[in-house]
Amino acid sequence: MSDELLRVEKLCVTVDGNRILNGLDLTVRPGETHVIMGPNGAGKSTLGNVIMGNPVYSVDSGRIFFDGLDITDMKTDERAKLGIFISFQSPQEVPGVTLEEFMRASRSAVTGKPLKVFAFQKELRSVMDTLSMDHSYAGRDLNVGFSGGEKKKAEILQMLMMGPRLAILDETDSGLDVDAVKIVSEGIRHFKKEDNSLIIITHNARILEGLDVDHTHILSKGRITRNGDASLVDEIEREGFKALEEEEQV
Amino acid sequence: MQTDAKKCVRDVDRSFYDFKDAENASFKTSAGLTPEVVSQISDEKHDPDWMREFRQRSLKIYESLDIPDWGPPIDGLNMDDIVTYVRPDTAMRGKWSEVPEDIKNTFERLGIPEAERKSLAGVGAQYDSEVVYHNVKEEVAAQGVVYTDMESALTGEYREMVREHFMKLVPPTDHKFAALHGAVWSGGSFVYVPPGVKVDIPLQSYFRLNAPGAGQFEHTLIIVDKGADLHFIEGCSAPKYSVANLHAGCVELFVGEGARLRYSTIENWSKNMYNLNTKRAVIEKDGIMEWVSGSFGSHTSYLYPMTILKGDGSRMEYTGITFAGKGQQLDTGAKVAHSGRGTSSHIVAKSISKSGGECVFRSSVTVAEGAVNTRSSVSCDSLMLDSDSRSDTIPAMDIRNASSDIGHEARIGRISDDAVFYLMSRGLSEEDSRAMIVSGFAEPVAKELPLEYAVEMNNLIKLEMDNG
Repeated sequence: MSDELLRVEKLCVTVDGNRILNGLDLTVRPGETHVIMGPNGAGKSTLGNVIMGNPVYSVDSGRIFFDGLDITDMKTDERAKLGIFISFQSPQEVPGVTLEEFMRASRSAVTGKPLKVFAFQKELRSVMDTLSMDHSYAGRDLNVGFSGGEKKKAEILQMLMMGPRLAILDETDSGLDVDAVKIVSEGIRHFKKEDNSLIIITHNARILEGLDVDHTHILSKGRITRNGDASLVDEIEREGFKALEEEEQV
Repeated sequence: MQTDAKKCVRDVDRSFYDFKDAENASFKTSAGLTPEVVSQISDEKHDPDWMREFRQRSLKIYESLDIPDWGPPIDGLNMDDIVTYVRPDTAMRGKWSEVPEDIKNTFERLGIPEAERKSLAGVGAQYDSEVVYHNVKEEVAAQGVVYTDMESALTGEYREMVREHFMKLVPPTDHKFAALHGAVWSGGSFVYVPPGVKVDIPLQSYFRLNAPGAGQFEHTLIIVDKGADLHFIEGCSAPKYSVANLHAGCVELFVGEGARLRYSTIENWSKNMYNLNTKRAVIEKDGIMEWVSGSFGSHTSYLYPMTILKGDGSRMEYTGITFAGKGQQLDTGAKVAHSGRGTSSHIVAKSISKSGGECVFRSSVTVAEGAVNTRSSVSCDSLMLDSDSRSDTIPAMDIRNASSDIGHEARIGRISDDAVFYLMSRGLSEEDSRAMIVSGFAEPVAKELPLEYAVEMNNLIKLEMDNG
């Protein structure tokens, strides 16, 4: 294993002809938790999508390495198989496919092995319990008619079931009430027990409670404009991005 | 960054159905349609006099009617080339062991005898123009249920009942191909379920057309008497030939007071088939009609099962899916006529088109002035898998009173790239992601089908992917 799990190098990305990321650098080592904060429209979600390989975004220059492997041109499913996961801000609804069927297909695709159905069912339900999800969600169509909070829990459920090495959480806390944030944070802590890495894209420090943040980055206008440790989160909370960006320019 | 590779769901894999037997007819008419040919069919079938006359009268009506001009083109169909009657070289049997080897093997490969052993109360199997096998489980027959081929019904114990109902719901004057059917019909099934009898497991008729350039014109007549209950399954397939084949069957269903009939069809004709089929049901007071319909095959289909909700409180549900691949024009839909009071209809249709295939969904809802407090809902969802394919929805409504509650919705869409990306982010390949979205789209219909047919449908949609 490389001592760098993820390395993003001078990444420039456009979507529909608009430059969103403009020479972004980021390095994540195994076991680290990174927080990315930044004003709306700074390119935070784009970064997550590009690391996952969303074909809507085109990489004009720069590279992305995962565990030493250049994944810049790799397909999304291959990245998932390497152990990259993203929890989406607004997960898609897929009618006619149940959450459980989907998780089973995902498990077989990732492991490349036939599934032991009963063991899988048991595992799924036990993870649902840790997230206080009613078991009936397993048989419901994927995200269809789920509330915002249920969708986010279902994303975290998928993360725990897939066991990735790097999980990107894109605004996982948005739209959640206090109790749901607690449950989701608990799920994330569960994931972090092992030597996994996290990139948390957030507006909000609440979800970070109980997590050891190693690095905080401010993403603005398509680049990382400031790096810091956990204390930067509090600074942003107190002073806002504007003040910090101006400070940077001085 | 990966490019947007043009990957797509493959056409329905029909290779499973695409085996053919050597021609084994003991008799067939010459191609084309003349009074002599129709008279020959009467001779072959030992028609009673009224049927002889009925056929000749139908032929005259056929000659007087124009080919429908409102649907997909059928100019590829030349009636002068179609052989209307092909008798396989066997009599009808009640044991598979007595059915000639090649014909038996055909049905074995289609899984019919196995399904009969496992999950059916009775089976009829038609090969070209004649039924070659018919059997009903003893305990079902002991309940008084009659399930036989139409020819036996025409001269047997129930001949008066047959005569009273035959082509009364779909008269030869209905349209040109109904008239054709009246002239040359052969084979099909007759079912009678006596009052109050509930048939717990389904009956199934399977229609196989083996002869190239031939037509299949089976007639299905089902009478479910007061308070009785039946599930009838119809399956159809044919190997592909380079010449046009024609299917112009006719299905007439009579559902008595408080009775229930479920009629499930999986149609997988080969792509040289013109499927111009007519199905109609009339429902008495508080009766229930349920249609489940999967249309996958044929070159061109015109298929719109119609339900006449005659009795007060009668109900119908229609659940259908159509999958049109390359070169296919599948014009399907449902019609309902509300004439009783407090009747209801619920129509749910799905269509999938790809590789230039065309799906048209037509619905027609009519509510008579006296059909007060009618409820009707029609919903149609279409999925187009590429930009070459077409999908249209043509709804028609004629509502003659103010107390009825009528709804209609139609959606036409494509597979969303965002959804594909979402599934791929969980490790599914692009092909599998698309397949999962398409089978999810079809799922509301699949779950209405009997299990073995749901499996068949999955085989049919065979969501293999093409690396294009």
